[in-house]
Amino acid sequence: MFEGIVIDRLSAWFGAKQVLHDVDMKIEGRRITAIIGPSGCGKSTLIRCLNRMHEVVPEARVTGRVLVDGRDIYAPEVDPVEVRRRIGMVFQRPNPFPTMSIYDNVAAGLKLNGIRKRQLLDEVVERSLMLAALWDEVKDDLRKSGSSLSGGQQQRLCIARAIAVEPDVLLMDEPCSALDPVATAKIEELMTDLKKDYTIVIVTHNMQQAARVSEYTGFLLLGEMVEFGGTQELFTTPKNPRTESYITGRFG
Amino acid sequence: MGRERRRQLINRLMEGLAVFSAVVTLLPLALILAFLIYQGISYINWDFFTKMPEPVGEAGGGMANGIVGTLILIGLASLIGVPVGVGAGVYVAENGHTRLAWTARFMADVLNGVPSIVVGIFAYTLMVLPMRSFSAVAGGFALGIMMIPVVLRTTEEMLKLVPTSLHEAALALGVPRWKVTVRVALRTARAGIITGIMLAVARIAGETAPLLFTAFGNQFWSIRLDEPIAAMPLQIFTYAISPYDSWHAQAWAGALVLVCLILVISVVARTAGRGRFGVVR
Repeated sequence: MFEGIVIDRLSAWFGAKQVLHDVDMKIEGRRITAIIGPSGCGKSTLIRCLNRMHEVVPEARVTGRVLVDGRDIYAPEVDPVEVRRRIGMVFQRPNPFPTMSIYDNVAAGLKLNGIRKRQLLDEVVERSLMLAALWDEVKDDLRKSGSSLSGGQQQRLCIARAIAVEPDVLLMDEPCSALDPVATAKIEELMTDLKKDYTIVIVTHNMQQAARVSEYTGFLLLGEMVEFGGTQELFTTPKNPRTESYITGRFG
Repeated sequence: MGRERRRQLINRLMEGLAVFSAVVTLLPLALILAFLIYQGISYINWDFFTKMPEPVGEAGGGMANGIVGTLILIGLASLIGVPVGVGAGVYVAENGHTRLAWTARFMADVLNGVPSIVVGIFAYTLMVLPMRSFSAVAGGFALGIMMIPVVLRTTEEMLKLVPTSLHEAALALGVPRWKVTVRVALRTARAGIITGIMLAVARIAGETAPLLFTAFGNQFWSIRLDEPIAAMPLQIFTYAISPYDSWHAQAWAGALVLVCLILVISVVARTAGRGRFGVVR
């Protein structure tokens, strides 16, 4: 059973600019945790620290600990490639590989890591597309290019691609911000289905979305975790006055 | 004269100048082609491609050795230019901020501007002198060096066009960085890189100067890599400066074939670049 993620005094920099200040947070296993906050508050940076994608950017730096299932992913002996294999990510803009077919997109994580057994790949592709609620729409077009799909379908393809490698955690960085309301509703429904098997952390701009899908919500402002707690409490009885101003629409 | 009229006049004048410049750009190639066809087409026949050169005074004969030699030289040059150029391009694109990348990029630009005869002298010193013989390898080496900067820069530019989001998508799947580069970035940029390679080939195919004292040319049939080898540009040069009419004819025909070869490579390169993915040159 996956125990969740403990974030312990996490700080992050881009060059000399500090974008996260001693963030503490506990993410429960098999629940949806939302991170809200105004643009530029460090939401994306925070989520990118959870699978060591932050350090991909030149001159980016991190201090603090992130315990995934009790193990610090920033410990010196840990290979970031292994971390990313266990913690999947879905990005703001759908980014299927344009040179690959729908099938190959979903199988990419396995294929690029050297798994070639046809039968296994077939199974994984079908199961992942089913889980991502895309199978019925694409099952006859698996050989078509991934970029031939609509934006919402592409994003579900990216979710299928992420879950095909069977990660413990799924990080979603504003997964609906490039999508229309119908596609957004589909992704939200999908998230609720997926939390049976996955621990989900979603960054969102949209407070209604956080309120709709998540069990826990953290409010991030200028790189500080202002308030973290149950979604219902945070939205109905916020403890911090800054949280209250934000959720009542006084800034951001 | 009203301001309005004056503005329109200047507008028309400038537009005319731009159109004129565009035509002037097209003109040389059109004229060269027309002139080559006029002078050379009647000497192009099957024999030209299959027969060896005839001695002075004998009619007929062809440039089979030159054509094969040029193809061999292109092959040898690509053996050096493609792996080094693509490899360096990958390094420069992936590590753009390092001092080595900056230096490599700068040197490539300088190398691109080095007169080809100097590249020939370089190859002569490095290959011909130690081997004590002119050779196909030395010619291929000189041409290969000339390919490197072109291939490097196109590879770099094409890889830079691959969106960061694709790199991140692959990295987030737990794919090691080198595999992301090879299997995702290079694959996405493939069409553009192939275009760059073909344009580099087109560029070196007609080079004469770097071959003068490397490949040297050969009146006889030879495909040995350690011996002097014939090449079309060299043969055209030899024929053109000779006093014989029959050789002049062969030079015209050779020039026509060479220009057509380069034209075909360029056209194929431009169209091949328009793959199903949108990296277009």
